[in-house]
Amino acid sequence: MTRALAAIGALIVACAWAEADTGPARVGSKSFTESYLLAEIVARLVEEAGEVGAARRFGLGGTGIVYRALETGEIDVYPEYSGTISRAILGDPTLETLEAMREPLRRRGLAVSAPLGFENTYALAVREEMAQRLALRTIGDLARHPTLRAAFTSGFLERDDGWPGLRRHYGLELADVRAIEHALAYQALASGQVDVIDAFSTDGRLAGGGLRLLDDDRRFFPRYAAVLLARQAFIDRAPRTWAAIERRLAGRIDTPTMSRLNARIDLQGTSIERTAADFLGGSRRPVDGRGRRAREVLALTLDHLGLVGVSLAAAVLAGVPLGIAAARFRVLGQVELVSVGVVQTIPALALLCFMIPVFGIGKAPALVALSLYALLPIVRGAYTGLITLDRQLIEIAGVLGLSAWQRLVRIELPLASVAIMAGIKTSAVVTVGTATLAAFIGGGGYGTLIVRGLALNDVGTILAGAIPAAAMALVIHGMFEVLDRAVIPRALR
Amino acid sequence: MIELTSVSKRFGAVPAVQDVSLSVPRGTTHVLLGSSGCGKSTILRLILGLAWPDAGTVAVDGVVVTAETRASVVAQIGYVVQAGGLFPHLTAARNVTLPAEARHWPPERIRPRLGDLAAMVGFDAPTLARLPGELSGGQRQRVSLMRALMLDPPVLLLDEPLGALDPVVRADLQTQLREIFAALGKTVVMVTHDVAEAVLFGATISLMTEGRVVQQGSFADLASRPAEPFVTEFLSAQAPPPEMAAYLRR
Repeated sequence: MTRALAAIGALIVACAWAEADTGPARVGSKSFTESYLLAEIVARLVEEAGEVGAARRFGLGGTGIVYRALETGEIDVYPEYSGTISRAILGDPTLETLEAMREPLRRRGLAVSAPLGFENTYALAVREEMAQRLALRTIGDLARHPTLRAAFTSGFLERDDGWPGLRRHYGLELADVRAIEHALAYQALASGQVDVIDAFSTDGRLAGGGLRLLDDDRRFFPRYAAVLLARQAFIDRAPRTWAAIERRLAGRIDTPTMSRLNARIDLQGTSIERTAADFLGGSRRPVDGRGRRAREVLALTLDHLGLVGVSLAAAVLAGVPLGIAAARFRVLGQVELVSVGVVQTIPALALLCFMIPVFGIGKAPALVALSLYALLPIVRGAYTGLITLDRQLIEIAGVLGLSAWQRLVRIELPLASVAIMAGIKTSAVVTVGTATLAAFIGGGGYGTLIVRGLALNDVGTILAGAIPAAAMALVIHGMFEVLDRAVIPRALR
Repeated sequence: MIELTSVSKRFGAVPAVQDVSLSVPRGTTHVLLGSSGCGKSTILRLILGLAWPDAGTVAVDGVVVTAETRASVVAQIGYVVQAGGLFPHLTAARNVTLPAEARHWPPERIRPRLGDLAAMVGFDAPTLARLPGELSGGQRQRVSLMRALMLDPPVLLLDEPLGALDPVVRADLQTQLREIFAALGKTVVMVTHDVAEAVLFGATISLMTEGRVVQQGSFADLASRPAEPFVTEFLSAQAPPPEMAAYLRR
């Protein structure tokens, strides 16, 4: 059983790596509406060109993760903004034109498309009603109201072209500034829980009314031109495709168009696929609505099972021996239990992100992080099961002439099996949940839908990921009840 | 066969065994008699190498028990404890055959031996297939005895083997055990707090208290020539009350 799972895992990892710079064009996106939509448009153009297939790796968190994926060759192309390339990626804000960026990008094996036509920039949004009441028109006006509550996306909070720079530029001082997920910010603003949020100028939700964008009268926010960032190797591999994409998109999406497309998704609830298809001319490639969602959930189920199965198998293979070692050697045991416990105190999402510098993005780092996370209940279970054994029985096993190995296999492990299985069961169920976070670093699984749903503020999509995950947890729990019967001796059940 | 020479053992500040010497000749039964906590079980543990003496030596068949010789010494000893010490997840049969399996006996050697032992204690196949939890106390002790005899060791150490049983089962097993020991010619050391049991089994008795041997000898020696007042006190404490003694004399 575990051997089979390990083999499957090795296969998945191997496949993920083998794909690099061959096979389909892997199109990535960040996790917000505009990025998803542009990526879907690109994926459709790739399929239309017919030169290579398209694989969708959408919702890869923020710039850090998606760029890292491009750099390591796990995706081939994704939508980006000129200002982000110069500041966040190349780390040189003086590179103002795309032409100036091409050379440093070329040295990294990357290339940038012609501008798509629209500009996107950060902006601050407030409620219209409040803006009128407090006479807020410009960002500078905020300085008169230091008690306003702000909620900014974490990227905006940290980037120098975000809040830190803006604060200095306008001399702002807000008492209450907190971090929030972009998709939730509008709701928080509309419901009056916060007063100021960061937004993108093309954001569809701005068209919904009731919000006012504060005028950047002192010209702090740079204008960001939307482009596609791609691996040169991909362009060389599929030159016709790249040419077709540029021909079809360069200068073709102006700011009102982009805002309107975003609004269709965010406000009218049109699917990304439908919106992309309509933009490209509708009839060319029909959208197969429901069937597609069902197929996606099925594919993600296998994907999610793979994540859980492989990481759990690895955690069992490592955790049970670690638990045995901890029970045998008390000092080592304490050190070990504390270390495993410390891993558990790291938030799962943070642990996933720590894996990126070492293992890149995708399946490998997700599997490593999930395995580490699954370890504690298993080690604890084995340890507790073994140290609470009846000492007299263990002594008698020695008197009867059983070797240390025979004692372990024939007496100690069977007698501790209830606690060991309980640990593994806990770990399995928890891992089903934790594995949904893998999507944040491109690890796939049900989380893909949850991340997308969060980005689009689409509860249906979130549930399409969350409900199967809950169901899987139940099924796995049930399977363990059966497995218990096979593993735990009858007398101990 | 079993020789303890001036053996002492402390657990922390508590002396468990103080300067005990003991000699049990081959084929005889010796009883360690005393209240709980007097150190009698510790003596069995010292013989088995489950604890090491602070002073003195323990030898079995002329071999001093040390970390090096422990395995070969233990191979000659069958061990039965109060509640049986059976492994709850193994059937009666598997409990019995475990020592042979540990030594990689072939099945064709294990099976007849199991049959002989079952016949000796009067077990049928369904009983052997049960788990310890499905057996009565008396049956469990029989399984434990079968296991101790599986490898046909020359020495048996019994730690309150009948202590957990009700009186009828206990009397029945006492008779059976005595017959088995006599028939097999084993060297037996038995621990008990029950004077009657000591009389029944023991060619010789060591009466112990607080870790030391008060007196060694036959019951007649202890009863007629007590070394200390404690001997008389201990023996008479378990004597039947007058009405019962009168009934027994009838």
